[in-house]
Amino acid sequence: MSAIVVLLLGLAGMAAGYFIYSRFIAERIFKLDPDFRTPAHELEDGIDYVPTNKFILWGHHFTSVAGAAPIVGPAVAVIWGWLPAFLWVIFGTIFFAGVHDAGAIWASVRNKGRSIGALTGDVVGNRARNVFMIVIFLVLLMVNAVFAVVISNLLVANPSSVVPVWGAIIVALIIGQLIYRRRINLLTVSIIGVVALYALIGIGPTVPIELPESVAGLPANSQWIILLFLYAGIASLLPVWMLLQPRDYINGLQLFIGLGLVYAAILISNPTIVAPAINTAVPEGTPSMLPLLFVTIACGAISGFHGLVSSGTTSKQINREPDVRFVGYFGAVGEGSLALAAILATTAGFATLGEWRELYSAFGQGGVNAFVEGGAAIVASGTGLSEAIAVTLLTVMAVLFAGTTMDTGIRLQRYIMQEWGTMYNIPALKSVPVATVVAVATCVALAFGAGGADGTGGMLIWPLFGTTNQLLAGLTLLVITVMLVRLARPMWFTLLPLAFLLTMTVFALLVQLRTFYEAGDWFLLVLDIVILVAAVMVLLECVGVLRKHFQEQRAAS
Amino acid sequence: MSDDGKRPPRDHGPRGGSKAESLREWLRTATYYAEEFYSARYRATIARARRDEDDLFMLLVFSEMMGVPNPASYYTMELQPLLMERFHDWHRRMGMERSPLEHFRCC
Repeated sequence: MSAIVVLLLGLAGMAAGYFIYSRFIAERIFKLDPDFRTPAHELEDGIDYVPTNKFILWGHHFTSVAGAAPIVGPAVAVIWGWLPAFLWVIFGTIFFAGVHDAGAIWASVRNKGRSIGALTGDVVGNRARNVFMIVIFLVLLMVNAVFAVVISNLLVANPSSVVPVWGAIIVALIIGQLIYRRRINLLTVSIIGVVALYALIGIGPTVPIELPESVAGLPANSQWIILLFLYAGIASLLPVWMLLQPRDYINGLQLFIGLGLVYAAILISNPTIVAPAINTAVPEGTPSMLPLLFVTIACGAISGFHGLVSSGTTSKQINREPDVRFVGYFGAVGEGSLALAAILATTAGFATLGEWRELYSAFGQGGVNAFVEGGAAIVASGTGLSEAIAVTLLTVMAVLFAGTTMDTGIRLQRYIMQEWGTMYNIPALKSVPVATVVAVATCVALAFGAGGADGTGGMLIWPLFGTTNQLLAGLTLLVITVMLVRLARPMWFTLLPLAFLLTMTVFALLVQLRTFYEAGDWFLLVLDIVILVAAVMVLLECVGVLRKHFQEQRAAS
Repeated sequence: MSDDGKRPPRDHGPRGGSKAESLREWLRTATYYAEEFYSARYRATIARARRDEDDLFMLLVFSEMMGVPNPASYYTMELQPLLMERFHDWHRRMGMERSPLEHFRCC
């Protein structure tokens, strides 16, 4: 199968979703009103509430939600063949993610820009709000742990990327200084930054760096994990303008360049997809595709994390209500196209099926490394870059995504810790250094507990992250559905995705529960049970709130 | 920086129509978008950090009135009328519903 055909089919599907389905949703279901006074105008304060040009807002929304997850998920999931992953990404983007993301912004815009967490309390109930807080904490915890494992694996597998990956931090620090202290024109600085980053990528292969095989009994993977969290802990304490802001900016530019490069290379070299459409000979120990596919690919098909961004910052900057469609739905389309690129790279970037099978030798293997290898082969043949540089380029792309998410993730987790310190009156937790240390320590514990100190655990924890993420999406969809029901509008367009998600999530958790039990993996077993309890509570909330509503309706009529 | 959220600021001067002019125009638009893309996401965080610093400054200026000795009060006294406008917001942010100063009423 030609990769170009799949690529065009996918893009056409998502375009149809945007031009047809999202218009229907925006006009008939959400009834976006150009005359509605958005919170950005009503509560304008120049701090949180700022009316923003929709293209800029889309750029921010997209770069905030697009991380390493839409690469890792599909890269793991193609083990079942490219077709299931492709269909879930395309239909997920059209009917799930787009509606969910735009819906979360709309729900927030209609409620003075309040976050979905706060809305859950108002619209559904306080119990649901508590579940929401727990789920958010779990998502952050897992995102940090998982990404640390991903990055460390990549750095060990591709030593040529070590210099550009850490060099990118220095580039960001310098850019921050140039902009704030020297006030140099941003366009000039951006060009310098991008050129410096790519120069580092160019010299990366000539200066590969490998950590010693064992330090104090810790293998190279674990050393990287510790170093990464040390960095993330320090980075989360620095003022945002110093590191996070320039780093995010360079990453955003790099995202557009990288995505463009991969797509252009596919169009130029037209590789053939060597992986089977449906893999009938999956390696032993691979869990069943149903339901695991639907939690393995979360970001790229539907992800609860987007709801946090949508309702946390984006909704406060919506200039006109109809912009919700472009920013929210098209943001999901952008993420879907990233996932599509990941699918193509991991299935079409190999010479033979045997080579592909060798990489996907077990569930959780392959993954991002397959994305790097396959993507590099495509980029190299499409653009004429040397293979070594192409590998470095894609590794840096994946690591930088995961890295910025970790920076923000640790910071957010510190806030949660401090909040708990205030709530339960633990003075020590209120202090910034203590809260940071606790946040970092819990993540390290999870990374080691789940990934295995030697890195052999690989990505076992990934589907668990997916389930938590889907639960979060389920809660957001519940809020939107309840709002629609109260406005006497059709609820099926959000209720059906919600029902599907919750079914798959609970199903997947049960399947994994059995796997962990049989493997004797008690740590993950407990984590699974915690998430399962949260899932059941969400389910009960859904049934409860909808039943109550229909009873009231019947009583009224 | 324009906050109207609609479109980047345009040059309303006479249009030469020359290539250089249109290039300059394009660069201006590109810079505007780049700057917005750089700052929009962190505007809130940075504005908040700045407000925190301003709050500390307010406390220094008004400390003498609240019984906290301030060796520089001779100089900060002069600043008080300039900060008057921000006083109301400040004391409310600090958790005081009413003005804490007897002779300094704003609400």
